[in-house]
Amino acid sequence: MKRLFTNARLVLSDHIAEGSLLVDGDTIAAVGTVEAPSDAETVDVGGLLLAPAIVDLGVFAMDKAAMRAGGIARIGLMPDQSPILDGPGIIQRASAMGKPELWVHPIAAATAGLEGKDLGEMAINAEAGARAVATGRRWIADSGMMRKVLAYARDCGLAVIAHAEDAGLTGNAVATSGETATRLGLPAAPAIAEALAIARDLMLAEETGAQLHFRNVTTAGGFDLIRAAKRAGMPVTCGITPAHLLLSDVAMTDFRTFAHLSPPLRSEADRQAALRALGEGTIDVIGSGHDPRGPEEKRLPFADASPGMAGAETLLALSLGLVRDEVLTIERLFALLAANPARILGLSTGTLEVGHPADLILVNADAPWQIQADRMAAKAGNTPFDGLPVQGKTVALFKGGTEVL
Amino acid sequence: MSASDHRPGAVLNGSEAFPHRHLTGIAGLQPHEIMFLLDEAEQWVEANKERGRLSDRLAGLTQINAFFENSTRTLLSFEIAGKRLGADVVNMHAAQSSVKKGETLIDTAVTLNAMRADVIVIRHGSSGAVQLIADKVDCPVLNAGDGWHEHPTQALLDALTIRRRRGAVAGQRVVICGDILHSRVARSNMLALTALAAEVRVVAPSTLMPAEVERMGVTPFSDFDAALEGADVVMMLRLQNERMSGGFIPSTREFHMRYGLTPERLERARPDALVMHPGPMNRGVEITSSVADDKQRSAITEQVAMGVAVRMACLDVLTRHERGVEGWA
Repeated sequence: MKRLFTNARLVLSDHIAEGSLLVDGDTIAAVGTVEAPSDAETVDVGGLLLAPAIVDLGVFAMDKAAMRAGGIARIGLMPDQSPILDGPGIIQRASAMGKPELWVHPIAAATAGLEGKDLGEMAINAEAGARAVATGRRWIADSGMMRKVLAYARDCGLAVIAHAEDAGLTGNAVATSGETATRLGLPAAPAIAEALAIARDLMLAEETGAQLHFRNVTTAGGFDLIRAAKRAGMPVTCGITPAHLLLSDVAMTDFRTFAHLSPPLRSEADRQAALRALGEGTIDVIGSGHDPRGPEEKRLPFADASPGMAGAETLLALSLGLVRDEVLTIERLFALLAANPARILGLSTGTLEVGHPADLILVNADAPWQIQADRMAAKAGNTPFDGLPVQGKTVALFKGGTEVL
Repeated sequence: MSASDHRPGAVLNGSEAFPHRHLTGIAGLQPHEIMFLLDEAEQWVEANKERGRLSDRLAGLTQINAFFENSTRTLLSFEIAGKRLGADVVNMHAAQSSVKKGETLIDTAVTLNAMRADVIVIRHGSSGAVQLIADKVDCPVLNAGDGWHEHPTQALLDALTIRRRRGAVAGQRVVICGDILHSRVARSNMLALTALAAEVRVVAPSTLMPAEVERMGVTPFSDFDAALEGADVVMMLRLQNERMSGGFIPSTREFHMRYGLTPERLERARPDALVMHPGPMNRGVEITSSVADDKQRSAITEQVAMGVAVRMACLDVLTRHERGVEGWA
């Protein structure tokens, strides 16, 4: 079956082009100025954005409804599941779980049971469908072990996705050291815990030649290190969530547990540094970090509550806000939302290229709506953006040419 | 108005003087509201020297003291305060109760609410826990200490003690020394004393000093001797047992050497400087007995007496709306 989208604003890798896009079966067949084939169904999209569907790298929950609402066609699922993604059986099962509308790309545990002690079976897990390995929510404290993880992952051709917080400094901290944590009386760790972890892992990655991706980099010190490593030609990438770009630690005031995140929200100066890093291209991925947590995990005293936010369905709208604020262009935004995460996972998708899977979204970038925690499609509505008016909605989502939203 | 031009009796009347439903912390209180509570406490200071029940204004009201963390002194103080006002006081030692069986804090709050308490006094080991419960119950809630966050009645009794002994809080140089990082007493005192225009210095080894504490309007010191120069009030904090060895300080004797309040060290403060401690004291660690027991200088037993008066005032003020007191209904 062929379908021709006409009158679209196509989000190409380096510019926006008005034109058409032809889907043949589950694949993009033509882009730009396309003659309508006689056997194609023509859809006039009325000038909406036609963009690659989002590839959300580093989510903690396979939450189909939230992903669909958020225009997400593929997720890189963190190994921190129950059971942990560290064997071929569970990885195969995870890969199949979301199909057909949501493709789950499991990220295997870099160490057995995510315990940071023994290497995970990376090659076996990769054969079962794992697209990368990750240290999980935790940092591997043992530098010798981290070096082995990086070296072995390089042999297997897998990227290592690292959590960048020096655990010795963070201890049981739930916040970044600063005025807000001091006033609230919360256990806090200095923001340099991040740069310390990044510095070590970059050195190990340089020495082993591994491909390293930091799932969340949130501090000025961290960006300085990543920027320098990129200039030196290292294959290092990093990501961030909209929350760390749009909120500072002040959002924790009144013990708002929806603002209890990992890594924690940072100072305003670090947030500004994150926006600069985004604008200059130091940041490669914007992800939702989707981690729905119900009231039994969030309606607790701040330090006892679980970190995490439901981010999938707010990812696009909040990111489009950054485009309106002229932090980055819309084509660059979709590199961070789709092309780059796909590349890190080794997937041939994430761009509107002929031959790529027809994973597409139609976006009304101006449609206004209000984020409402109690009206989310996600398994839980733990968003730190409750009540925020935003613009930008996914009007339709196509996975492999099939409309799923 | 600022605290310095405070004139008792010239403040707002009725609920306008204290428009808060709960007392979860000093943060959020205006200077005149703090002064109002201190003024209210004054009437009980003298009255407390009499025997027996002092008032029946809380008669027929049920006060639940829900203590999720062990406490002897604060619990006793709240219990006596409630009983002297005629309340039916029930103590719930939640540290050993259903909380251990996995009941969530919200469930406990709902249970307390269903028992139709008229005022609930809560102590909990987690910062923010009291606010969480306050949001879930229909009666006034008093924070008797939550984690490292706040212990508002302690700060009020300290301010009352200073005001009575020194004539005013404004302009006093108050030195707070000890484990500032983990201390809810320090946090509430920093807020209350700076609100009342005292000059507050906080002293701790850098391992026990919270980040950016100067943003709370206080001056941090790691050198106790330097901080003591010209002090009007020296407030020592209790060093918790679990911090005494290991990560934060090398040993209690080294802590005593650098931060223990000895008579020699006290020489650096003003000759009439007041010595305070929220108790219970570790004699020989943060304070020597000769200083603690010095009747001229030490206000430590007076603090305990002020504690009952301040808690009576808080219980009285917070229940005025429910009791239909004129101007508060």
